[in-house]
Amino acid sequence: MNYFLRKLSFYAVALWAALTLNFAIPRLLPGNPVDILLAKLQQRGEAVTPETRKAYALLLGGDTSDPLWVQYWDYLKNLARGDLGVSVSYYPAKVSDVILTSLPWTVVLVGVATIIAAVLGVLLGAIVGWRPGTWLDSLIPSTTLLAAVPYFWLALILVYLLARVLGWFPLQGGYDVVLTPGWNGEFIASAIQYGFLPALTIVLASIGGWLLGMRNMMVSTLSEDYILTAEAKGLSPRKILRSYASRNAVLPSVAGFAISLGFVVSGSVITEQVFSYPGIGGRLLGAVTNNDYALMQGVFLFITLAVLGANLLVDLLYGLIDPRTRARA
Amino acid sequence: MTNLKPANTTPVADADPAAPAAPARSGWRSLLPTMTPWLAIGLALVGGIVLFGLIAPLLVGDPRQIRDQGLTPPSAEFWLGTTQTGQDVLAQLAFATRGSLQIGLLVGVLATVLSAFFGIYGAYRGKFLDDAFSLFTNVFLVIPGLPLVIVISGFVPRESRGLWTIAVVLAVTGWAASARVLHAQTLSVRQRDYVAASQVSGERPWRVIVVEILPNLLPVIASQFVFAVIAAILGEAGLSYIGLGASNSATLGTMLFYAQNGFALSLGAWWWFVPPGLMIALFGTGLSLVNFSIDEVINPKLKNLRQHRRRARRALRLERELARASRRTAAVKETDR
Repeated sequence: MNYFLRKLSFYAVALWAALTLNFAIPRLLPGNPVDILLAKLQQRGEAVTPETRKAYALLLGGDTSDPLWVQYWDYLKNLARGDLGVSVSYYPAKVSDVILTSLPWTVVLVGVATIIAAVLGVLLGAIVGWRPGTWLDSLIPSTTLLAAVPYFWLALILVYLLARVLGWFPLQGGYDVVLTPGWNGEFIASAIQYGFLPALTIVLASIGGWLLGMRNMMVSTLSEDYILTAEAKGLSPRKILRSYASRNAVLPSVAGFAISLGFVVSGSVITEQVFSYPGIGGRLLGAVTNNDYALMQGVFLFITLAVLGANLLVDLLYGLIDPRTRARA
Repeated sequence: MTNLKPANTTPVADADPAAPAAPARSGWRSLLPTMTPWLAIGLALVGGIVLFGLIAPLLVGDPRQIRDQGLTPPSAEFWLGTTQTGQDVLAQLAFATRGSLQIGLLVGVLATVLSAFFGIYGAYRGKFLDDAFSLFTNVFLVIPGLPLVIVISGFVPRESRGLWTIAVVLAVTGWAASARVLHAQTLSVRQRDYVAASQVSGERPWRVIVVEILPNLLPVIASQFVFAVIAAILGEAGLSYIGLGASNSATLGTMLFYAQNGFALSLGAWWWFVPPGLMIALFGTGLSLVNFSIDEVINPKLKNLRQHRRRARRALRLERELARASRRTAAVKETDR
């Protein structure tokens, strides 16, 4: 089968698995989320009609008499229409609206930070791996300290040092609250200032992995015959480093993007909580503490969708830059 | 063959010339990492923290005892100061370390068993089962773990959220990456001649896996286990920090949770929130350093590189000494003249 087709079908299966997990989790676990949710809704002075009850029961399971496969089918139909229910904690906003307003914050923050970390880590890794045995190389094991630090704790330390003691950055939030969100210079400057610390946290915590992976691949690549040939041909070291060694060594880093992205997203969910960042991670945690199950499931679906989409993109790109993957298929 | 422990639990005791079964051991010794300064630091960190978690809870007072000296900085009486309600931070740290190590070990074992099953068994059987297991593994790999864990913990009512629930949830969401590594390694081991020989001689599949394949994968499994423990401790800390950890458990994450809720950050009580995170970071670093050395066993290229580098350094030093010596003799001759 064609490489691209194979990748597309894999991600279709992964998407289906995520949707099914989302359907199964509330039905398999103890507790009755529908009742809790409806009770909350009633507290807000909302009349609970049988229709609302049925809609939530479809999403979360519970007391419907329909067989499971009918529930499953209706659940998929509701999702296809983009109907994720009504959020209880942001009543009467729809779950999809709540998510759509917070999604850009996270996508920009995590996206920019991940790209910076990956580019910096791969570049540094290439340089360190190119000249093994220098003082830089002996510093490598100390990067494990950064990788072993919990994201949110690093965030706490950074907030304490840079925001509280030195006062360089705001303590928390996503932008100066006196400004109204929009595409003007003042607001963007404020968003960058507020986003700097969360981004720094993500970069610091994830750069070690990129650096180490690239450095190890460089070491392996340098012992390949074609490097020796290139040296024997009298090519300049810079050309060998750029066009021969790094190009081949970077492939596993690109392929490993999938795994790292999952970790980064996981880490950023809690980091957002530390900074009270208006992103999707903060919404997820808010939903959990408020028993807002509909929002919880919606956020999980969106995060999964975003991660799957990014991975698909990277995989397709990988097929372009490494012809071997296409040949094997 | 059965009395040998995995490489990571055995402290390296290379320099033991009195070992009676020297020829039998030498094969196994290649599975043990060489002692390097980094490995020594790693083992010291891991050993020290494990000892702290085991012994310190017996020596410190009650971590929950409330005193009227709230938020005092470190002093002779309370080495790590007190919390907002006057609880001894050191005592809390001791019990929390024990709790975190417990859950790390539990999840590490569970996740390693899961990944070994899906990775090794799938790769060994091949064909349809392998495809199915690989697909399953890859799907779990791309679904982001922590959000899934948060959703699952959010649905489980607080009272039924015990230690085992959290451990199982963390293990179920965290095994996929190592299953893929084990899968790749098994594929290469499976094609060796001695595996084919034992298959031809009619050994049952489980025996081929346990006796022929597994010993060759021990370093890889050990390194994946170490990763799983780090990931578990980090994951549990994150969960507890947002208040979704096991109920009435005391881990480093719950300590951070209480520190955050007690406004340790805005009150500047660094002695409250720095130690738990530092403990996690140091333990993780120690384990990663141990893993570095295990990596050298798996990928001898790295080890050769290190030895090569050391030889190069020694040669460089010798050269420099020689140059200095010849310069000195030249200088002596100069003055003699």
